[in-house]
Amino acid sequence: MSELDLEKKEMNEERIAMPHRGGGTWKIVLAAIVAAAILIAGAFATGLLSIGGDEESVTLTGAGATFPMPLILKWADEYYNETDQSVKVDYAGGGSGAGITQIKDNNVDFAGTDAPLSAADSTTYGLVHIPETLGAVVVAFNEPTVSSLKLDGSTLARIFMKNITAWDDPEITVLNPGVTLPSEQITTIVRSDSSGTTFVFSGYLAKISSEFDELYGQGKSVSWPDAIGASGNSGVTQTIKTTAHSIGYIELSYAIENDVPFAQLENHDGNFVTASLETTSAAAASFTLPAGDGDWSGVNILDQPGANAYPIASFTYILVYKELHNDGSSMNKTAAQALLDFLWWCLHEDGQAYGPDLHYAELPASVVAINEATLNSITYDGEVLR
Amino acid sequence: MRGNEKGTSVLRGKPLSFGGDLVFRYSVMVVATLTLALVWLLVIMMVIDASSSIDTFGLGFVTGDVWDPNRDVYGALPFIFGTLLTTGIALIIGVPLSIGIAVYLSELAPPYLRGPLSFVVELLAAVPSVIYGLWAMYALRPVIVGTVEPFLSDILGWTPLFAGDSVGLDKFTAGIILAIMIIPTIASVSKEAMMAVPDSQREAALSLGATRYETTRMAVLTYARSGIFGATILGLGRAVGETMAVAMTIGNANVISWSLLDPGQTMASLIANNWGEAQDLQLSALIEMGLVLFVVALVVNVFARLMVGRFMKAVPSTGGGL
Repeated sequence: MSELDLEKKEMNEERIAMPHRGGGTWKIVLAAIVAAAILIAGAFATGLLSIGGDEESVTLTGAGATFPMPLILKWADEYYNETDQSVKVDYAGGGSGAGITQIKDNNVDFAGTDAPLSAADSTTYGLVHIPETLGAVVVAFNEPTVSSLKLDGSTLARIFMKNITAWDDPEITVLNPGVTLPSEQITTIVRSDSSGTTFVFSGYLAKISSEFDELYGQGKSVSWPDAIGASGNSGVTQTIKTTAHSIGYIELSYAIENDVPFAQLENHDGNFVTASLETTSAAAASFTLPAGDGDWSGVNILDQPGANAYPIASFTYILVYKELHNDGSSMNKTAAQALLDFLWWCLHEDGQAYGPDLHYAELPASVVAINEATLNSITYDGEVLR
Repeated sequence: MRGNEKGTSVLRGKPLSFGGDLVFRYSVMVVATLTLALVWLLVIMMVIDASSSIDTFGLGFVTGDVWDPNRDVYGALPFIFGTLLTTGIALIIGVPLSIGIAVYLSELAPPYLRGPLSFVVELLAAVPSVIYGLWAMYALRPVIVGTVEPFLSDILGWTPLFAGDSVGLDKFTAGIILAIMIIPTIASVSKEAMMAVPDSQREAALSLGATRYETTRMAVLTYARSGIFGATILGLGRAVGETMAVAMTIGNANVISWSLLDPGQTMASLIANNWGEAQDLQLSALIEMGLVLFVVALVVNVFARLMVGRFMKAVPSTGGGL
């Protein structure tokens, strides 16, 4: 036996050697071809080589928030046809943070963001805010025996802070007379990725509950206690749908499209309001906005007065440079003009009319007026284009 | 066998002819060196991009257990913990199953089964991770939350590992899906290693009166163990670095909890989750997390190599009692 062991040991020390093959020149040729192909593809991708170069057509690029993406893509599509295919708009998504980084680096012509820039950033970079549509965040739930639920802000904050952990907690039952709530544990579902939705929702909780503000605060990602995280609005929606006794926050459109029930929330005037495009628009109606190049960092339309105003509503913004031909910008005048025309179109009835079908609320007239003033102040080499 | 080795060294020592051989030799050398350069560039770039996080937190980054972008406080411990725990579950479940599959395919399966089965196993290795993630969410999770976890919680609920309630999005589910994902890789590479064992090995063992099992254990597994180890490292790499499937099943909670039935988060899934919107210090912290992931993978790798080195030395003496 020991001999066998010995032999095995020796064998183990052997390497399995690959036989050497002769020739192989064809491999080098092949590798060279592949390498050349990769280089050429790379050159195209980085724009070193461009084919065509039709001078009459303009391509505008944008990136950023994913929340308004379906609407912006719809606008781009319709506008492309409306301008006889001369203005093409590409919007890459990627998230608000990515959008802001890209516009700061002048990699894109406009950026989308759900959270306004800090005052310092707007002045340093000379970017203006153009709110292009409105969204609402709803509190969706999955409690098989309950079809309608009423909540107020402080109860909601206490649920997400885990101060309230059961569905039949007196604080919830008192808001829902006539509804039998089970004595089940509440599972809170939140966004695992950093997102504008979380920014808006946590902003609302922080505005209502000073305790929440102190412990967690408003942010694109919040260190929620004991919550299940899922990625994206779609991830949270699916997780709520498949997890009994759960509650979470998602954009209104996801709740409608996926047929998930959501709670009525008590608004500033003390009315319980169901989120809808009308109640979302109502939230923005009475708010006094700064000028486009002003400080938007404090702007939020959360918990606004108004009998019919839904409390968790928010603008989403397009960011553009106030001086389009700034240092680092390679935009020509035609493109600058096209950008302003496109935005003008989006912000008025032509573009806004596409909103409701996609579950985006239309801008109130007061906001459109601010946006008009902003677009009229944007310059190219100091020259006003509109 | 010794003759074979001599033959190998003769081949290796054969002088290279000028022309094709030399060109080939240098071109593959460049390619191989590029790998090394790539790793270094990767590390250097990550260190540069993570510098603001490294400056701010120092070593505290690795030991910190709070990840709060709102307060700009970043600590990697919950995610290192989550990564090690889920990878551990995946390996504990995945490796024995994979070796079983490989042994069956290489030693026991009749030829008409071997081909189709090997093909299917290799096919599974090529399934994109998001598909595994979706499958885990919609098919695996109901089974786990309905049957497996209540059962585990009933009999093992007294241990900290299986304490508490669950909703099926937790480290256990993530570990299971990781195990399922690494099995095809480990099984197919191990199978190749076992198939490469020369028949003379098996014949030697059989001629000494070893049973089928003893032959497999002594001749095949022992001979192929470095291949099996390599396969395990490949599987480990996939488990440590997996993003989508984990992010979809682990529950994404930035906490340290020993219970496998509680949600957690791994380093890779945290990076995937937060990359899109991260800026400034958070971005830098995420890049440092990538660096930590790199180091953890390296440490696990080296540790595994040492463990296996020991194990390999130990085998001949314990395996002597045939």
